[in-house]
Amino acid sequence: MRISKSRAARAITAAVAVTLIATGCSSERDSDNKSDGEKDTFVFAGAGDPGSLDPALASDGETFRVTRQAFEALLEHESGGSELVGGLAEKWSSNDKGTVWTFDLRKGVKFHDGEAFNAAAVCANYDHWFNWTGTYQSSAVSYYWQTIMGGFAKNEDKETPEANYKSCTAKDENTAVIEVKKPSANLPGGFSLNALAIHSPKAIEAYKKQDASAKGDAITYPKYSQEAGTVAGTGPYKITKWNKGNKEVSLERFDDYWGDKAKVKNLVFRTIDTEEGRRQALQAGDIDGYDLVAPADVKTLEDQGYVVPTRGVFNLFYVGMSQQANPALKKKEVRQAIAHSIDRENLVKTQLPEGGKVADQFMPDTVEGYSKNVKQYPYDTDQAKKLLKKAGQEKLKVDFCYPTEVTRPYMPAPQDLFELMKDDLEKSGITVTPKAMKWAPDYLDATESGSCDLHMLGWTGDFNDGFNFIGTWFAGYDKQWGFKDKKVFDAVNAGSKLGNHDERVAAYTKANEVIMDYLPGVPVSSSPPAIAFAKNVNPPNVSPLTQEIFAEASFK
Amino acid sequence: MLRLVVRRLLQLIPTLLGLSVLLFLWLDRLPGGPASAILGEKATEAEVIRINRALGLDQPVYVQYWRFLKRIAELDLGTSTQTGQPVWDEFVLRFPATVELALLGILIAVAVGIPLGYLAARHRGGWLDVTAVSGSLVGICIPVFFLALILKQIFAVELGIFPSYGRQDTGIDATSVTGFAVLDGVLTGELDAAWDAIMHLVLPAVALASIPLAVIVRMTRASVLEVQDEDYVRTAEAKGLKRSVVRGRHVLRNAMLPVVTAVGLLTGSLLSGAVLTESVFSFGGIGSFIRTAIDGRDYPVLVGFIMFIALVYVLINLLVDVAYSLIDPRVRVY
Repeated sequence: MRISKSRAARAITAAVAVTLIATGCSSERDSDNKSDGEKDTFVFAGAGDPGSLDPALASDGETFRVTRQAFEALLEHESGGSELVGGLAEKWSSNDKGTVWTFDLRKGVKFHDGEAFNAAAVCANYDHWFNWTGTYQSSAVSYYWQTIMGGFAKNEDKETPEANYKSCTAKDENTAVIEVKKPSANLPGGFSLNALAIHSPKAIEAYKKQDASAKGDAITYPKYSQEAGTVAGTGPYKITKWNKGNKEVSLERFDDYWGDKAKVKNLVFRTIDTEEGRRQALQAGDIDGYDLVAPADVKTLEDQGYVVPTRGVFNLFYVGMSQQANPALKKKEVRQAIAHSIDRENLVKTQLPEGGKVADQFMPDTVEGYSKNVKQYPYDTDQAKKLLKKAGQEKLKVDFCYPTEVTRPYMPAPQDLFELMKDDLEKSGITVTPKAMKWAPDYLDATESGSCDLHMLGWTGDFNDGFNFIGTWFAGYDKQWGFKDKKVFDAVNAGSKLGNHDERVAAYTKANEVIMDYLPGVPVSSSPPAIAFAKNVNPPNVSPLTQEIFAEASFK
Repeated sequence: MLRLVVRRLLQLIPTLLGLSVLLFLWLDRLPGGPASAILGEKATEAEVIRINRALGLDQPVYVQYWRFLKRIAELDLGTSTQTGQPVWDEFVLRFPATVELALLGILIAVAVGIPLGYLAARHRGGWLDVTAVSGSLVGICIPVFFLALILKQIFAVELGIFPSYGRQDTGIDATSVTGFAVLDGVLTGELDAAWDAIMHLVLPAVALASIPLAVIVRMTRASVLEVQDEDYVRTAEAKGLKRSVVRGRHVLRNAMLPVVTAVGLLTGSLLSGAVLTESVFSFGGIGSFIRTAIDGRDYPVLVGFIMFIALVYVLINLLVDVAYSLIDPRVRVY
């Protein structure tokens, strides 16, 4: 018995010793990483791994968050805003038709590999993308090139859109001229996309030696895009390491940067894929900031002294209706009844982060082309019942699809949003059958193929042009909505063909009024995805487009 | 012994073949498809057809199966549809993290579980026994991910003793040799990196160890209780052997036979059970990768993972059989 006690005592002593050592070491760790004055590494957590270090191959926000710090485009958005300003081009202009774009380039700019930035470098990039072949022509790889510039020099698939890009000419050392075949609503906004950021010509030559189609089955991204060392941009940080095992990308301040140098020497992006995990990491002091804060956590974090700046609003959350899936939705009164049934004020107030707004059309009020004269559909259950009666659909039944296990910037808690809307619809006498689905591929497949009567989706704008919102859904027949209405399609496309900015904005304003009169679905809300920082951080200007530049961040 | 090893290795072939058939039948009946997962929300029908053709999914199942077998024979597991990188490379990158985690988990479970189970049996009905039995019941009942969340909140967020996520701190620029962070730190003399990796392992390993620990405590206790009343133990005591010899050689050694079997099976289950724990701690191992593979229907990764886990199970069972014959020479395994 005595022996046992002695052993137990030894075991307890050992456990205490281990804890003390651990505590001691963790204190040392804390003092190394968290002593404010000396801290030279800023750690920011995103929700997912980047897909590639070459932004031209990407279409997702997690990739662009990383590459935006290292690559710059000809145009950029103002810090913290959505207005276009000069990026690598100091000035830009176009001919009246909007088909010839002339860029006066910034002088004294260097790439991370030491190469000089000039007009030839710009053209090397645009020509490189235009001449992509094989797997690079898949929309999964070159989505943004195809969205902005159409197809390629030689399209290999009949589904690939016709190329709108015509040529790029280096008029002189610092003047690049890009020509397109037809005016496009995506220009000049498209020149600001990080997917069309400018790479070093030397790096481009290295890229050309590596094909994306190498392995035969599925898309294999080229090696240069999966490890640091080859990619080279002009941004305030250069990418130094991608440690996939530790889910982190490391960047280091680029001392030859042409503009204001980064305030913190090292920048690290780490992946923590759960909202709770990111919040706990911030509270534990393991990271300095994170994105996609759960709306429910915002107040808690603010009360605890964390910095939770509010982004501008630049997205739209909507309830889509498929007239193909449920013919009852072809009746305008039915669509109007659904719009009147949903208490959007309540959704915004209870489910969305601070700064959220009720949407009354298919673009937020921060986008040029927003109309103040669209038809309104306020929450009114009685009106909804009357409309259903008029349409002979008093016993309307709808399947309502919603996604599980996902959070989107415009849709923080899909299931909660769905439950509230279901209750609202049932108050109007509509029978709702819930259809819960996994986000990808089930939910996306179902909504895009138009097999859900009602569904919830949204969109975050790429740049400030109305077509980037309404053109995404209503430029032509789309299975998601399942309707053909020439008046709507013509109104939406009218703006996209105009080179003149003011005329284009006026056309979008008119289009919004036409859309909301037809009412293909219910725009619900626009809300700023919340972002949070540690107490000792001076955060970067937060961007409505989620395009934060971390060179602006510093420690107090 | 050699005969046993060869026999067990040969048994791998029908096991893996059977499993691969089941896998293909399962894949063939799943809704949706990998093309959507690869191409995402912007896929056109033509692209889906093209990708299906490229993946061979437009072929009959038996053709796909035969191709799969050929690829496996060439150690080609295909390409991950999530990352666009070869599945084998992804496994090599991530598996060391999970193996480290599982090994530490089972180490904790064995190091704590066997002595605790033994002591509980020796002091049957005492406070230690009651605590061990009820504690193990709690250990089995609490879901691992919930325990992981609690541990993280207390020891990482509130007390700040351990890191809350990841495999190594950002400030640690460790040299990678084998991919095993702790081992690499020791091999390269970067002891701070090794220690940092251990600190990152502790919380997820403790969470992961909870169920195996509970099982081992209960099995050891039950087994010791059974063995200590055996005639040969009484005979040994009657012969006047030292108490430590009786306990070590006669009681514990004999009581370990079922426990060793359990440890083997539990080690295998830890590898596959790391999925949730790794997600809670954003631990860059195979577990969190598999979770996203399930979400994204990354079939090549899932198929490769299941085959690999089956292989690991068979190999661990082989080790258990070997351990059996070492612990108890009377046991002859053929």
